[in-house]
Amino acid sequence: MTFPTTARDSEIPVSFEQVTKSYGAVPALSALDLRIAPGELVALLGPNGAGKTTAVRMLLGLATVSAGRVLVFGKDPREPVNRVRTGAMLQVGKVPETLKVREHIDLFSAYYPAPLPLSRVVAMAGLEGLAERPFGELSGGQKQRVLFALALCGDPDLLVLDEPTVGLDVGARRALWEQIRLFIGRGKSVLLTTHHLEEADALAERIVVIDHGIIVAQGSPTEIKARCSGRKIRCSTRLSRETLLTLPGVTSVSAATAVSTSGSGSRSSVEILSGSAESTIAALLSRDPETRDLEVTGAGLEEAFLALTDPSENRTREVA
Amino acid sequence: MSASVASVVRDLPRIYWLETKYELLKTLRLPAYVVPTIAFPLVFYVFFGIGFGNGKMAGAVNLATYLIASYGTFGVMGASLFGLGAGVAVERGQGWMQVKRTTPMPLGAYFTAKIALAVLFSGIIAVLLFSLGFLFAGVRLAPAAWPLLLLVLLLGAIPFCALGLIVGYLAGPNSAPAVVNLIHLPLAFASGLWIPLEALPRFFQGLAPFLPPYHLAQLALSVVSRGAMGGSVLQHVAALAGFTALFLLVAFAAFRKDEGKTYG
Repeated sequence: MTFPTTARDSEIPVSFEQVTKSYGAVPALSALDLRIAPGELVALLGPNGAGKTTAVRMLLGLATVSAGRVLVFGKDPREPVNRVRTGAMLQVGKVPETLKVREHIDLFSAYYPAPLPLSRVVAMAGLEGLAERPFGELSGGQKQRVLFALALCGDPDLLVLDEPTVGLDVGARRALWEQIRLFIGRGKSVLLTTHHLEEADALAERIVVIDHGIIVAQGSPTEIKARCSGRKIRCSTRLSRETLLTLPGVTSVSAATAVSTSGSGSRSSVEILSGSAESTIAALLSRDPETRDLEVTGAGLEEAFLALTDPSENRTREVA
Repeated sequence: MSASVASVVRDLPRIYWLETKYELLKTLRLPAYVVPTIAFPLVFYVFFGIGFGNGKMAGAVNLATYLIASYGTFGVMGASLFGLGAGVAVERGQGWMQVKRTTPMPLGAYFTAKIALAVLFSGIIAVLLFSLGFLFAGVRLAPAAWPLLLLVLLLGAIPFCALGLIVGYLAGPNSAPAVVNLIHLPLAFASGLWIPLEALPRFFQGLAPFLPPYHLAQLALSVVSRGAMGGSVLQHVAALAGFTALFLLVAFAAFRKDEGKTYG
């Protein structure tokens, strides 16, 4: 798929065109196509190592593409005008700790031609009462809010948020979501990466699920949730994992903790994720009438999401 | 979204000023940098300059006066190597530099702030040394010699800022302070900054002209006493200019290599 260059490209905040990034032989991203419209928030959802941060770095001109191209407002991300129009919140190892919150914001604001007033930035990032505190004395959540303030202070048209709510408690997370919504409400655009489906669901018009550098699903939160929604079936059965995977509705199978030795033949305890629990159970019971300890629960969003990003694998990867 | 935001007109002098101001505030609140950088040359001077200050040196200059020039050089070297070397390596290695690079910050402002700070600390060290020497070790120079010595030491920060930049771009955030010390202390010793070269084995007298601190120390000595210097002023200035050019060249190569790796 190629996008012809038109005059209107300058109003398209983000456009990845067949973008590939390889580090040596390992592709971090493969032929990624992604567009973000003005006023749109797109969530890039995927487990650690899926290629989210690579995409963010290319969008900010911090990494080059191996093939394809990345355009921000129709231009190279490194263009000075794009540095002005883009605000970024990155995962950073260490921020100078002896500077006060107000001082950090004051300095970053000076970089931009039309920064927001300090009081507004402080309010938007929920930093009231913290302006005179040194960065090093803040809690993890407060530090994240300062980084959000620094991303916002230049009044950008595009905000790039790389896992912005890591380390935030529920209240702080919701407050940040509210600010992100207000930002989109002003006709501005956001690319947000997260590994929480809940967060993508709360904010995004469109969710792009990537894994191993490839888009595995994309659509509205409702569509993605429908693909993820499912039930968890626990049981003790003689059927092999391979057989279970062929049953209707099954998206993943993994071994549960204990292996039962009772009864004849080998029986193993398994956890099955299914998009259609009723038909799965019907087939399960007809293939192995002696299936025991049957238990059906709603699958957590995280589990369902893992099944979506890699249905062929057991739950071996951690959602960190 | 208006098209007017397309302009990138900003107040550049104000950016340079604020970058420097906050670099200063950030550093002054960091005792781990301030105390050793300023205290080491002063403490050395109190022990050796005031303690053994009356020993006669080459030419007419006594030890207390000689050590103002040599510990001044030592202090300048430390402030510059630590400020640029450790300062850049830490911010580069821990991701803060990348955050700044996503903003429209001019890269020149970043380096200007760090160099300005190294020069400022060099000046503080020099003035404190002068005061110690004048008040407690009886050092007396011609009135014009004090400001001239200060100027020599301030300008002398430049080659060491360039050397620091190499460390800043080649060393990791955790190893940089150790690397700086491994450069700083042996260079200082071998250039005769702690113990005058005349008192060191001959080997060091042959080695010293290949080390940048030697040339700055000789220039500083030429201010306090003409007879104390080996070689001509022009030779030492040329040597320092040559070292600066060489260091900048290597620093630029290291910068390009890092840009390729970090932003490739």
